[in-house]
Amino acid sequence: MHFMKSSRASASAGVRSALLPPDMPQVVLAAFEGPLDLLLQLIRANRVEITDIPIVEITNQYLAALAQMETLNLAIAGEYLVMAATLIEIKSRMLLPLPPSVTEEEGYDPRAELIERLQEYDRYLETSVLLREWEEIRRDIYFRAAEECTDSYPLQVLHNQASPMLLFRALQRLLTEAGLDDKPVTTIIPKRRVSLRMKMAEIIRRLHTAGKQGIQFETLFDLPCPRHDIVIAFLAILELLNLGRLTASQDEPGDAILLYEETMG
Amino acid sequence: MMDAGTNAESAIECLLFVAGEPVPLEDIAKVLEMGEAETESILRSLQVKLTERGSGLQLLHIAGGWQLATRSEYAVFVGKMLARSASKLSRAALETLSIVAYRQPVTAPEIEAIRGVSAAGVMKTLLERGLITEAGKKNAPGRPNLYTTTQDFLHYFGMNSLADLPPIEQLPNPEPVTEASVTDGVTDMVKQSV
Repeated sequence: MHFMKSSRASASAGVRSALLPPDMPQVVLAAFEGPLDLLLQLIRANRVEITDIPIVEITNQYLAALAQMETLNLAIAGEYLVMAATLIEIKSRMLLPLPPSVTEEEGYDPRAELIERLQEYDRYLETSVLLREWEEIRRDIYFRAAEECTDSYPLQVLHNQASPMLLFRALQRLLTEAGLDDKPVTTIIPKRRVSLRMKMAEIIRRLHTAGKQGIQFETLFDLPCPRHDIVIAFLAILELLNLGRLTASQDEPGDAILLYEETMG
Repeated sequence: MMDAGTNAESAIECLLFVAGEPVPLEDIAKVLEMGEAETESILRSLQVKLTERGSGLQLLHIAGGWQLATRSEYAVFVGKMLARSASKLSRAALETLSIVAYRQPVTAPEIEAIRGVSAAGVMKTLLERGLITEAGKKNAPGRPNLYTTTQDFLHYFGMNSLADLPPIEQLPNPEPVTEASVTDGVTDMVKQSV
């Protein structure tokens, strides 16, 4: 980004550029949440109302702030440049004489749309300050931790309340618990270890051996094992359930899930 | 329902002690086989009693239910024993949450239009922390996801319901939270944390 290159030589971090307007208020650079935020801070620093922005001064200060950000080697997001263009456009509209047709319209103000955006953003900004206060207070208050299930799948999903998000989180939790994300940076990825068909055959074999006693769901996952194996084993169980080759039962929510071979005929 | 030697207030204390989350009034009333109005008045009196006897615990009306919590004055001790909870939210996250709270259900492009910056990263963080959730898709070009705030959002900020937020029209002249401007959850929290 080479925006206002000329100021680069004249300003360095922490030093006010000679090119900045003398009335440039001191705003903390790099602490903006976006162009609207920067604009609002300039407006506040100038002690003017949002509804009555001195567009020439504010535009100059805004551009100077961008220039300063650049001298500090901060990446300037495209949104800041869009706002710069908007400001310049408003400024030129205000300087140019209006065509007669427009002058007749009462209360025409090229700033109107910008003012509206600033006001709306400002409202949410105020709420966010309030939320920050509440966050502070709330962080000093502790609650009893929710009961930990001893089950390996501490997912408390009530009937009809499961959502894709919850299931996704449960899978994430299982995968994280398996510690698979702690893989060394360099790792050798072996070829596919086991196919779905092989895993299904293995599960059927194990369930057959177990007979009426059945097998606990989690013992079918030989943890720790690669992520791929967890997924294959899980798919295999689902597939077998779908084919009616096995049944799953759970006495109480949170209890161990038991799997049995479905004895046919 | 109550046998000799037991009373409803202590029963409520037990229920709240074992619950790991806010318990809705109707659940408490159902367990005690009492009316909701009666149950609520017992809850209120338990709340006052805890304060009066200088208990380390307080009773909060939070996220649509009732829950026992430690009093903020004792945070320093509890904090020593428990690991600090997740890091504080960024300014961007708080701004985004403010918008979702008032405009829900709302899409990411709508949020971006208000804040003037990209929302993708922030939305991901908020989803991961469970403070917002997907709530269907908007019937608009591209069918963007709609987002709403969650119960965890209320709990995180100590609110009882979204009604605790100041009406948006009043926002241009905001004052710090006063007891009169908000109800229940936050009032409880602010009052009791003084």
